[in-house]
Amino acid sequence: MPPPRSTPRLRIQPLGDTALLAELGTRLDTALNTRAIALAAALKKRRDVRQAIAGYASVTVQFDPDLATHDSLAAAIKRLAAKHPPMAEPGRLHRIPVIYDGPDLQEVAERLKLSPEKIVEVHTRPIYRVFLVGFVPGWAYLGPLPDELEVPRRHVPRTRVPAGSVAIAGRQTGIYPLPTPGGWHLIGRTTVKLYLPDSDPPCLFRAGDRVKFFAIQP
Amino acid sequence: MTVVLQVSEPGLFTTVQDLGRPGAMSAGVQSGGAMDRFAHSAANLLVGNDPGNATLECTFSGPHLVAEHACLIAITGADFDPRVNGAPTPAWTSVFLSAGDSLTFNGRRAGARVYIAVAGGIEADRWLGSLSTNVMAARGGKQGRSLKAGDTLSAAGEPRRPAVSGRHLPQQLRPEYGDHTLQAIPGPHSKRLNPEGRRLLFESSYRVSRDADRMGYRLEGPQLNTTGDELLSFGLVPGAVQVPHGGQPILLMADHQTAGGYPVVATVISASLPVAAQLLPGDEARFSEITLESAQRMRKALESALASLR
Repeated sequence: MPPPRSTPRLRIQPLGDTALLAELGTRLDTALNTRAIALAAALKKRRDVRQAIAGYASVTVQFDPDLATHDSLAAAIKRLAAKHPPMAEPGRLHRIPVIYDGPDLQEVAERLKLSPEKIVEVHTRPIYRVFLVGFVPGWAYLGPLPDELEVPRRHVPRTRVPAGSVAIAGRQTGIYPLPTPGGWHLIGRTTVKLYLPDSDPPCLFRAGDRVKFFAIQP
Repeated sequence: MTVVLQVSEPGLFTTVQDLGRPGAMSAGVQSGGAMDRFAHSAANLLVGNDPGNATLECTFSGPHLVAEHACLIAITGADFDPRVNGAPTPAWTSVFLSAGDSLTFNGRRAGARVYIAVAGGIEADRWLGSLSTNVMAARGGKQGRSLKAGDTLSAAGEPRRPAVSGRHLPQQLRPEYGDHTLQAIPGPHSKRLNPEGRRLLFESSYRVSRDADRMGYRLEGPQLNTTGDELLSFGLVPGAVQVPHGGQPILLMADHQTAGGYPVVATVISASLPVAAQLLPGDEARFSEITLESAQRMRKALESALASLR
C-alpha cells in the first residue's frame, strides 16, 4: 500500500458502461468526505448525470450515455474536483438519547479492557459526522469513532438485529434503522426513528449532518 | 379509475415495476425498478405507453388475470407459454383482450421474468417518485407487496400513442436471452484480484445459486481471492460483481444495496443486464471482457430496437 498522502489523488474508473467511480482517497477522513459530498452535489446538477452518490471518500456517478462518455465525464470530474470545494455548511446537529444496555456491551468492554461505564463515556464524547447514508434505507455511517473503542466486526454476523440498535465496528458507529442482519457490536438502543418511509427524503440523517449521543436510563 | 384486470391467481411473485427511483439512493433506498429493462420497456412501447409506465413483473410463474373491460396488453421477457382463454397467444406482440377474457400461463419454458403491460400503464402507489414495489420498505406498487388473489388492476391513464393490436418485436431485435454470456468491464477493483483470479473470472463459468433474488445473485464457481485493506463504503450500481470474503462473487441486480465496501472486480454492461435478469438458480453463466466501445454498440442496438416500436 502507498503511504498516506496529504494531497489525495483522484482515481476515476469505469463501473460498467454507464457509470464511473471517482475515488478521492482511501482514508476515513472528514475533509475527504466533505469534498466527496460537494463533488456529488455539483455533478447532480449536470444534465448528463442521472445520479451521483457520495461514499466515504468517493463519488459513484451514473450518467446518460447518450449525452456523455466515460472520457467526457472523467474530464468534468477532474475539473470539478480541482476547484476549491465550497465552504461546507455545518450539517444539522441531532442529539440522540441512548440506553446503553446492548447485548455486546460487556464483551466489548472485556475486549477493550475498559469498564462499560467508560465505553459509554467515550462513545458519548464526540460529535460524530454522518459520512454517508446507504446500505439499507436510513442507515447512516457515523464516525470517526475514538481509537479507544476500535474493535473489528463480529466474526459471525447476527441474522437479525433489532431496529434502533446502536452499534460500533472499526472506526465507525451507527444505528440499525430496520431489523436487518448485521455484524456490528450492539452497545445500546434508541427509540429515535431513523427510517421515515412517509417523508421525503425518507430518513432522519443526511450526509454531512452531525450526531451527538447522550446516555439515558431505561 | 376503471378496473381493467382482476387477479384470479397472483403467480409466485408478481410485482408492479417501472424504471425505479434512482433519486432515493442517497437516502439509502434501493433504486429498484424492472430487472429486465428491455422487456419492460418493449412491453410498454408495444401497447403505446412510455417506457417509464408501470408493468407487472412475474417471477418464475405467471398470474391468472381476467379482463374486466376490453384492454390492450403485451407480454414480453421470459417464455411462460401465455394463453388467452386457453389458446396460445403470441408474446412480444400487442394483443386485445375482450371483457371476460382469461390470461393464463401454461408453464415456464425459458427465462425467469415475464412482463405484462397494459395500455395506459398500471395504476399503483407512488413512493419517492416511482410506482415500483419495494417489498423491504413495504412501499410502492400494490401496497408495497406482491400481488395476491382478489387484487384489481386499473389503467393509470390513456396510452401516449394509439392502442393497436398486432404490433410485434421480432426475435432478432431482442437480447440474446439464450446465450448466458454476460459482457462485463473490469474494474474498479480488478487489480485486487491476482492474475489467476482475473483469469478465473473471465474464463470459468459460474452457477446462479439458490440465493438469487431482485437484490442480487450469489454465484458459485472458482474462488476469487482479493488482496488489500478493507475498502471504505462507496455507491454501487446494478451489474456490479462484488467479491466478499470467501471469494464467491455476487452479481448486484435492481434492488441492490445502495452502498457497500466489498471489492467490485467487474461490472456487467447495461446491454447484458436483461440477459442476467432472465437467469434462474442453477443456470450457468460466464463473464466475458468487453471494451467500452463494444458495450456502447450493444447498448445502441437495443435502443434502436426499442425505437422501432415508437
